[in-house]
Amino acid sequence: MKRVALLGMPNTGKSTLFNRLTGAGARVGNWPGMTVDLLSARILLGDSMVEMVDLPGIYNLHGFSDDEWVVRRFLETQPLNLLVVVLSATQLDRQLALPLQLRALNVPMLVLLNMADEARNLGIRVDTDRLEDVFGCPVRMLSAKLGHGLPEVRQALGVQLRKYPKLTQADDLVLVDDQRIEQELDELIDQTLSAPIQLPATVTDRLDRFLLHPLWGLPLFFLIMFLLFQAVYGLGTPLQDGMEWLLEHVKTALLEPAVANWPAPLQSLVLEGLFDGVGTVLTFLPIIAVFFLAMAVVEDSGYLARAAFLTDALMSRMGLDGRAFVMQLMGLGCNVPAIMGTRIMRSPGLRGLTMLIIPFSLCSARLQVILFIVAAVFSSSHGPLVVFSLYLLSFLMAFLMAFLLRRKFTHHEPLLLEMPPFRLPTGRFLGHESWRAMKQFLQGAGGFIVLGVLLVWFLTHYPFTAQPAGPDTLAGHLARFLEPVFSPLGIDALLSIALLFGFVAKEIVIGALAVIYGVTGDELSGALAARIDWVQAYSFLIFTLIYTPCVSTVAAIKQESKSWGMALTSIVLPLVLAWLASFVFYQAARALGA
Amino acid sequence: MLLSDLAPSGCATIQAIHASQDLRRRLGGLGVRLGIRVRVIRASPMNGPLQVRVGHTDLILRRSDAAHIEIQTVA
Repeated sequence: MKRVALLGMPNTGKSTLFNRLTGAGARVGNWPGMTVDLLSARILLGDSMVEMVDLPGIYNLHGFSDDEWVVRRFLETQPLNLLVVVLSATQLDRQLALPLQLRALNVPMLVLLNMADEARNLGIRVDTDRLEDVFGCPVRMLSAKLGHGLPEVRQALGVQLRKYPKLTQADDLVLVDDQRIEQELDELIDQTLSAPIQLPATVTDRLDRFLLHPLWGLPLFFLIMFLLFQAVYGLGTPLQDGMEWLLEHVKTALLEPAVANWPAPLQSLVLEGLFDGVGTVLTFLPIIAVFFLAMAVVEDSGYLARAAFLTDALMSRMGLDGRAFVMQLMGLGCNVPAIMGTRIMRSPGLRGLTMLIIPFSLCSARLQVILFIVAAVFSSSHGPLVVFSLYLLSFLMAFLMAFLLRRKFTHHEPLLLEMPPFRLPTGRFLGHESWRAMKQFLQGAGGFIVLGVLLVWFLTHYPFTAQPAGPDTLAGHLARFLEPVFSPLGIDALLSIALLFGFVAKEIVIGALAVIYGVTGDELSGALAARIDWVQAYSFLIFTLIYTPCVSTVAAIKQESKSWGMALTSIVLPLVLAWLASFVFYQAARALGA
Repeated sequence: MLLSDLAPSGCATIQAIHASQDLRRRLGGLGVRLGIRVRVIRASPMNGPLQVRVGHTDLILRRSDAAHIEIQTVA
């Protein structure tokens, strides 16, 4: 097996090229000694099987960012047949520094100048023959997006692989003097590049004048976010409902008859434990697919960097950046894809902090619970105010959390982003990201979620002689044991069992309450209104909003951060905050005579 | 003069970069080097970041980071 690595700076279209060369067969995998997963694919090039690895985009081989460390580590430990260096032909004035650094590794190279179409439109001309002399390797121009020049690239790959059939280990990275590189870069630019000193005013400039306007920029950002949100969840939610409908039918038509003769506890385990667990995982897939489709459009179009520009003044004070804010907003639909979406942030500190604050976004599942209880307990004139106050609280908690944890997750990475020109996303590859995200969610989070659902099932069903979710189950005992903790919040034992169910998925809380009270629908509203007053109800809503996110969210955090510490923090910290917030509200309201 | 003080649409050349090696390398990777000509395209309101054009690349740079970069304005 031959091995080829793709290396380049961010925003060079490296991933598009990778997709072009490898198709949909790429997989995300572990590499020995690496802390992050790398995308790789096996393809037939010429007459040999080649493993092609997509390395993270880096600005500098000697830099200290996480990605730069990963690339260095990869080059130090993995022998290669060929290193393919992808540069943007529109930005060679700075990007040529990278192959100059890489030359010192003494690994066979192939230099590809991508976005040849854009460079031509900008009037940039490159002397590729001269570059070939300097780098001692073939240099090809292409447009990965349009597919221009790909046959030549494949041919050059084949030629290089035949020329270097043996794996080569890169030389130890000698730290080349930055100044010498800069000098060489200046000479190289002089000799090989001709470009107008001032680039012509482009469509991007005109769009930016509008989209980044000092006054309308921010309102436009919120409008775009609103439309994006509507698109994702307007499309994703019906798909999710469809999946639920399908699962319900499979359960009643196939599974229930199949296990009908089994002992009752075993039936319950299969139907309410295992199947519901697997179902929970599956219902997230449509929303993840649609979400990543939409985010790929936003990211590839170049708007995401602009969102960071517009919102940074606000976010930097909390130790976050604008991209975190986009994910926080998306979390209002569902926390799970928003947490997976944080992978657009490359700094681990920033990502970690963002992952911990997203669960405070009042997601649509929690909204269902809130709306039900508000309708049951509050008058129709107070209801909207209550819901609005909870949204406000949701953002307040997120900012508070960010503020508190800011020092714990210090990231030295300055906000130093490229603002790429606006580009039309390549339709052909938009689905790849969704496909990979779904696969990763199944593999990385699926097991964890099923286990979590099983745990709650066991607590609420054991001993099997007891009424499910009743006072004699383990959950009932636990609720009684915890009564001293919850009674200062005005939350009784029955309500706290419902909260336990909420760990599976927030929307289950209502169904659980129905089981616990032994009533359904309108009767449940009546039973709730009869049993709890508005202060208790509001305290319960505060708790529901803030406390431990659902198991799928925790699993997503575990999968993305690869850290049990983070998963545990996301369980415990919100629980403590929820208790404090409910306690303060309940005791203050009672003290004021409510 | 510092880059953070350069008004929008102002042009300058970079004289010195007083930053950690890490930040300097990162800036270098994005094309911000000594002697290079930069132009501030716009500034985000409420003391937000700057959009700076360096060669053929546009960057988002916080004012606090731009304050490490010494410049000389060109007409």
